[in-house]
Amino acid sequence: MSTPTLELRNLEVAYSVRGIDREVLRNISLSIEPGEAYGLVGESGCGKSTAAYAAMRYLPRNGKITGGSILFEGRDMVTMSDSEVSTLRNSVISMVYQNPVAALNPTIRVGDQVAEVFELAGKSKSEAKQLTLEALIRVKIADPEKVMRRYAHQLSGGMAQRVVIAMALASNPRLLVMDEPTTGLDATVEAEVLDLVRELRRETGTAVLFISHNLGVIRHMCDRVGVLYAGALVEQGTTADILSNPQHPYTVGLLRCIPRGGLHKNTDRLETIPGSPPPLGLHFDGCVFASRCTLADDRCRTEKPEMITVGPSHITRCFHHELAPSMARNIEGASQGLSIRTKHTNPTGELLQIDHLSKIFNQDGNKVQVVNDVALHVAAGETLGLVGESGSGKTTIAKMILGLTAAESSSTMVLSGKKLARTLNKRDVSDVGALQIVFQNPDQALNRRHSVTRIVSRAVERLSGLSHSESDNRAHELLSGMRVDASLHNARPAQLSGGLKQRVAISRAFAGSPNLVVCDEPTSALDVSVQATILNLLVDLQKQDDTSYLFISHDLGVVRYISDRIAVLYLGRVMELGAAETVFNGPHHPYTEALVSSVPAIDGSQRKRIRLEGDVPSPANPPTGCVLNPRCPRMAGSGVEGLCTTVEPELKEVEPGHFMRCHIPLDQLRVTQQK
Amino acid sequence: MNDSQAEISKKSNAERLQIRKERLALLRRNKAFTIGIAVLIFWTLCAIFGKYLTPFKADEQNFEFVSIPPNGTYWFGTDANGQDVFSRVIIGSRLILVMSFAATILGTLAGTSLGLITGYFKGWFDIIVMRLLEAISSIPAIIIALLAVAAIDGQSPTITVLIIAFVFTPNIARTVRAAVLAEAEFEYVAAAKLRTERTPHILFKEILPNVMPPIIVEFTVRLGYAIFAIATLSFLGAGVEYGSPNWGTQISENWAQIFNNQWWPTAFPAIAIATLAVSVNLISDGLLEVFEI
Repeated sequence: MSTPTLELRNLEVAYSVRGIDREVLRNISLSIEPGEAYGLVGESGCGKSTAAYAAMRYLPRNGKITGGSILFEGRDMVTMSDSEVSTLRNSVISMVYQNPVAALNPTIRVGDQVAEVFELAGKSKSEAKQLTLEALIRVKIADPEKVMRRYAHQLSGGMAQRVVIAMALASNPRLLVMDEPTTGLDATVEAEVLDLVRELRRETGTAVLFISHNLGVIRHMCDRVGVLYAGALVEQGTTADILSNPQHPYTVGLLRCIPRGGLHKNTDRLETIPGSPPPLGLHFDGCVFASRCTLADDRCRTEKPEMITVGPSHITRCFHHELAPSMARNIEGASQGLSIRTKHTNPTGELLQIDHLSKIFNQDGNKVQVVNDVALHVAAGETLGLVGESGSGKTTIAKMILGLTAAESSSTMVLSGKKLARTLNKRDVSDVGALQIVFQNPDQALNRRHSVTRIVSRAVERLSGLSHSESDNRAHELLSGMRVDASLHNARPAQLSGGLKQRVAISRAFAGSPNLVVCDEPTSALDVSVQATILNLLVDLQKQDDTSYLFISHDLGVVRYISDRIAVLYLGRVMELGAAETVFNGPHHPYTEALVSSVPAIDGSQRKRIRLEGDVPSPANPPTGCVLNPRCPRMAGSGVEGLCTTVEPELKEVEPGHFMRCHIPLDQLRVTQQK
Repeated sequence: MNDSQAEISKKSNAERLQIRKERLALLRRNKAFTIGIAVLIFWTLCAIFGKYLTPFKADEQNFEFVSIPPNGTYWFGTDANGQDVFSRVIIGSRLILVMSFAATILGTLAGTSLGLITGYFKGWFDIIVMRLLEAISSIPAIIIALLAVAAIDGQSPTITVLIIAFVFTPNIARTVRAAVLAEAEFEYVAAAKLRTERTPHILFKEILPNVMPPIIVEFTVRLGYAIFAIATLSFLGAGVEYGSPNWGTQISENWAQIFNNQWWPTAFPAIAIATLAVSVNLISDGLLEVFEI
């Protein structure tokens, strides 16, 4: 057997926080063969990124290796001198970070930055320039000479990540560490970057350590995968094996709680993993997962399990691994007796009707239309999903409905038959209370200096006019209804886990008995195991009180699960609108088709891959004709190209309840998409 | 579920106490901070109880012992007026401490209010106010203070305090504004608007508590400058009553004696100023570290 490119042997890493060492990696052993792609998955705080940095012996200042070894091609990096390690990093190990724009120096032109890598390797200036050009061509950057003269902030996220990859590959590394390389990117761009990495890996045979929280991406990219939980490797095996035949309760739970195609809120409740991930550096006597595991017994709590071989190159750290695949489904009961709604203002029918909704921002004197004549309606008790990539106007639409951003004067918004003012301070209290929001990031949405009770009770007090003490009581009721235990009501948000914080945020949103709640990516900052409980809660609340949701998310699985109807947005326009299943099952709008096919499937099923070329155009300068035409995967050969590039299509009802903004006839789309 | 949450609560309370304990331990281990606090407490005690600590009254003159070097009776010696230097140094701490604290508190209040308003509203008001503040801070503070003190009332500590507060306002406003700019983007501010909160509530109840750490650090930094400014002004004979026991005046009255080898009437008040200013800076360094700014 050849020497592995990277081998971690019983690696232990600790971070010193406020003067005390906290264990972050516990006895990690793994190896990556030359040419192999190894994936590390796990939820936030489980030590994925630490493992990635440790693989380069590049830990933050307060981090230190407390045991074990890091072998690069058989040489121990732990005992190497700093200069030897930095020689390795300059030549044979490279890293690609999560945030590409931050990884590039903002003051140096992109071309010079890439060239620097070649110059470091001893090339002359002119050679380096030539090699840079080749490197950028290799990562498929259109018009590389122009890109070389730009600065990092002038690049889109996808483009910047390509440049970072080009830099990482410049030294022909034998090990490439990628830490969530596509997490900040839009779905269609992510798909393109992943394709590129796969292709480059085939060409170069570089070993890859790939870190991601997204199992679909891992499935798509990696040969083998290791599952991390609380800093310990709990299971490892070939990707297909792990994802289709998991042998550890954590992996099983993780896979089960992801909303998959076919599940819908009306018919299925999502499975959950009880509890939440442990805080950094907690000490464990037994199995790290025991406190959340349905299979755990006394042995699990007192004795540390060793790795057990359960199949060819498949190992798991569980005493009861044979029970894991068939372990009991963990479906929490519906929350009962929430009694959120204190008044029934609008029992049935249309709740919110918006027409000609537009927004023009003034950017350095240029008028940029970010939302363009959008018409939507939401019925009582209905969930309307809004999907689209960044810059599609999803959040701006939500903010205009809430009155946080003033819509253009041509817009009309009607709530239960009553016209809404365009700004918040012109709306009366009942209108403000009727439209509420759950934000994406509960850390920022809850004032960290206020107690949980105060956050909720203040909202009750302002929106329902109850007295101070009555509001406090109501807040306690609400919070307990959301399963935030009474013992936590005096805590500050920082003391709560992400899931509990989001429950508090939901309690606040429901404080004024809202008719419509905007959910702006409410679960994207949460771990998958927590996401399911929050989605279940939202569904319960909706069923109880006929609350409507405007659900914004880039996670198509989540949107599909929770939405009744879906609107697909692109450059501030509605491209497609219809029932959730219609939109997902097709025939789709070409843009929706690309969006749906860009999501890497966890079950490994190979969907036909539709790729959008290039990046989302700037709304300041939208393409003429159909705004999708420069990237449209179906325009070529459709027979209506002339129309597509000159006339913007209307949003037409192509079949009952299904609207599309496309020149290509529905039947033709149906035929081409079935091929 | 409820059991586990009760556990979390217990754990999280324990955790909060733990974090506080760890922070305090970190501060205690920070020698610079401990020394700073000790020195500041020492001078504060002198300022409050100075009368009872000194062997002589501050303005007591003894013409039999003029300009004698430090000895057993006159620990820091006497000056040319036959006054005990030690007693004057101890008593002199009161005026400078009161004035510098008053000036810094006033400046912080004004700067914080301006910073909150400009950072939150942005727009033309912000632009005008910030340009004005820049204009003020482009002139050396001491010159503004000296000119203003001379023009208005050369001997009034109150006027001096107001002027120093005015001179400090721009720096504090800028610090607060920067913090508010970031804070106002946070969604809890939008959430407050969505429950019909009025602007003053949003500014003072929602945003202000979250920008306290930089304000506290800026306060200690400014306090250090205020001590210097007041010492300098009183050295130049402005801002305080002539002949009153205070360090700057003491130096200005006695510095010429250095050339007669009588260093003590100048050196001891100078050392006092230095220790006070340095202690405040040590404290602000320690706080910076603990707040992790």
